[in-house]
Amino acid sequence: MGKNLLKKVWELHKVRTLPSGQDQLYIGLHLIHEVTSPQAFAMLAERGLKVLHPERTFATVDHIVPTDDQNRPFKDELAERMIQALEDNTAEHGIPFFGLDSGLQGIVHIIGPELGLSQPGMTIACGDSHTSTHGALGAIAFGIGTSQVRDVLATQALAFNPLKVRRIEVKGTLGSGVYSKDIILRVIAELGGKGGLGHAYEYGGPAIEALPMEARLTICNMSIEGGARVGYINPDRVTFDYLKDRRFVPKGEGFERAVQYWKQIASDPDAEYDDRFELDADTLEPMVAWGINPGQAVGVLEKLPVLSELKAEDREVAEVAYSHTRFRPGQPIKGQKIDVAFIGSCTNGRVSDLREAARLVQGHKAAAHVKALVVPGSQAVAEQAESEGLPGIFRQAGFEWRGPGCSMCLGMNPDVLQGDQICASSSNRNFIGRQGSPTGRTLLMSPAMVAVAALAGEVADVREFAQGGRG
Amino acid sequence: MSQRTSVIREITGRAVAVRGNDIDTDRIIPARYMKELTFDQLGQYNFYDQRFDSSGKSLDHPLNDPRFQGAGVLLVNKNFGCGSSREHAPQALMRWGIRAIIGESFAEIFAGNCTALGVPTLTVGHGEIEELMNLVEAEPRTEFRIDLESRQVQAGSSKVSFSLSASQAQVFLSGTWDTTTSLLDGLEEVQATAARLPYIKDFPYDRPRG
Ligand code: SF4
Repeated sequence: MGKNLLKKVWELHKVRTLPSGQDQLYIGLHLIHEVTSPQAFAMLAERGLKVLHPERTFATVDHIVPTDDQNRPFKDELAERMIQALEDNTAEHGIPFFGLDSGLQGIVHIIGPELGLSQPGMTIACGDSHTSTHGALGAIAFGIGTSQVRDVLATQALAFNPLKVRRIEVKGTLGSGVYSKDIILRVIAELGGKGGLGHAYEYGGPAIEALPMEARLTICNMSIEGGARVGYINPDRVTFDYLKDRRFVPKGEGFERAVQYWKQIASDPDAEYDDRFELDADTLEPMVAWGINPGQAVGVLEKLPVLSELKAEDREVAEVAYSHTRFRPGQPIKGQKIDVAFIGSCTNGRVSDLREAARLVQGHKAAAHVKALVVPGSQAVAEQAESEGLPGIFRQAGFEWRGPGCSMCLGMNPDVLQGDQICASSSNRNFIGRQGSPTGRTLLMSPAMVAVAALAGEVADVREFAQGGRG
Repeated sequence: MSQRTSVIREITGRAVAVRGNDIDTDRIIPARYMKELTFDQLGQYNFYDQRFDSSGKSLDHPLNDPRFQGAGVLLVNKNFGCGSSREHAPQALMRWGIRAIIGESFAEIFAGNCTALGVPTLTVGHGEIEELMNLVEAEPRTEFRIDLESRQVQAGSSKVSFSLSASQAQVFLSGTWDTTTSLLDGLEEVQATAARLPYIKDFPYDRPRG
């Protein structure tokens, strides 16, 4: 029996077994941002420790950045204090920092792959649960807490319990108007929000292999919503082509050596898995997460579940979801009126996402009652989109074009829902209060579905609009 | 943080139940209260949107109930602490006074964050958690005595066995739950591991200047 990628990477990075029985793992890349790092730096100072390998940590600013007016100082004093703390800490410890004036700033999970910092066969950690994103490149990437950020800063290592691996095989071909976001929403709906506890998800099969890198990043991004702390895709030609010539990726012979390692770190064809799950892309529909967790999702033509049809343990959460959303059990989700449309986030704020949305809205207008927002995931994404004329297309269609940041994915910056607004969102979480209003409601879907929802003023089926691309 | 290497064998105190499955960390600490440079103030923002309405008026919530003030043990249901990895969530609970959490199951990152703070997450079955929750709701003054060694909690006349991962048990009972301390012990091996990694020795990052 062969080995899977997780096992190979784990063995290579295992430092030793700790007295606790956990494994001490070397961390190859550490990414930090303004929200979960200041307390870690304070803990270091308190203990008189320094950063062991400042050259293996990279910092950027994303969560608190306003997307309308990015001039300093920020209007929000707390946000200004947080960015200053990050500037001070990175300067003091000699950590590279991609700030607003660098041209390289963006959501941490967008810029890691974009700059070629995230590479196959690495261990990656970041104080943010969506670190699983980087697994799309064939890395083992963990979201960690602040005490662990301290651990990585001080020791370049972390303590972990070994993970099991579930192979998620996606057969068939995605239809037009169906995207990688729909694959992952379906996986989570089927396996549940805690189905992945203790597991890494390895996504594979023909439908996954056919995806371009940006679409793969979307899938791995939401592994955590399925309870899997780690999600990854074996590196292949798509991965190597994506990484070639990126800023931090070695060039020339170095690149050839890298590809050798990347090929060999992929799961063996006869690799062993702890569990397997299969999904058919042929029958997949555009998905909408309607409730208060991303697992509460249905196909766009399906009706919301009737309580009596649910398993007892799902029923209770569904009741909470219905009392929060005030949707009716059994109602169709298609046609549900929306107030806000948000395209962006580390799940779907890449240039291919924006291109597809722009293609759908070109020459149309957002419904008059909808506030529609497009937020590129990084300065590089913004620059690329601008060179292709996307902002103009969006503006003409009545969408606002903003500066890069996490924006309306979470309520830490000025972009928030008001009252009980309903938002069609390309982000990853629909938890109560997530978008900044305790009574706000979030419908998760692909960016293309958000685009057509904005035009229709209600949840719509993207397949009824212009012939779609896929991916 | 002076007791960061202390042995944790027994936890005693009153308990409070927060019912519901899949309670995510956004609910435990809403993101807007994370704009803080330290964790010091977080205790007051626990479950804020469940405890207060938009005008700041107190709502019906166990953490607002005077009978449960000063509780040190939190009772929860399934998949507690799912969602965002923010350590602000266990920090907020700890700073409110919580020193142990008993529940049906916990999200992984959350449980790991709790361990790093010296707050054990203990799992019991559905029937047992119901029993304990009913007990504290009827008798808020019930004293809990959690014994990590025998893996039993005594609450009033109820005695319930819990499970605790082998690694959690080991680190609490040996006083080594502070990971930085134990990771620092392996520093030489860390450097040896780095030295054999292909992406460090054979094809390091291309670091453009400027
Ligand atoms: S875009 Fe959303 S999920 Fe991604 S890092 Fe920012 S806040 Fe977190």
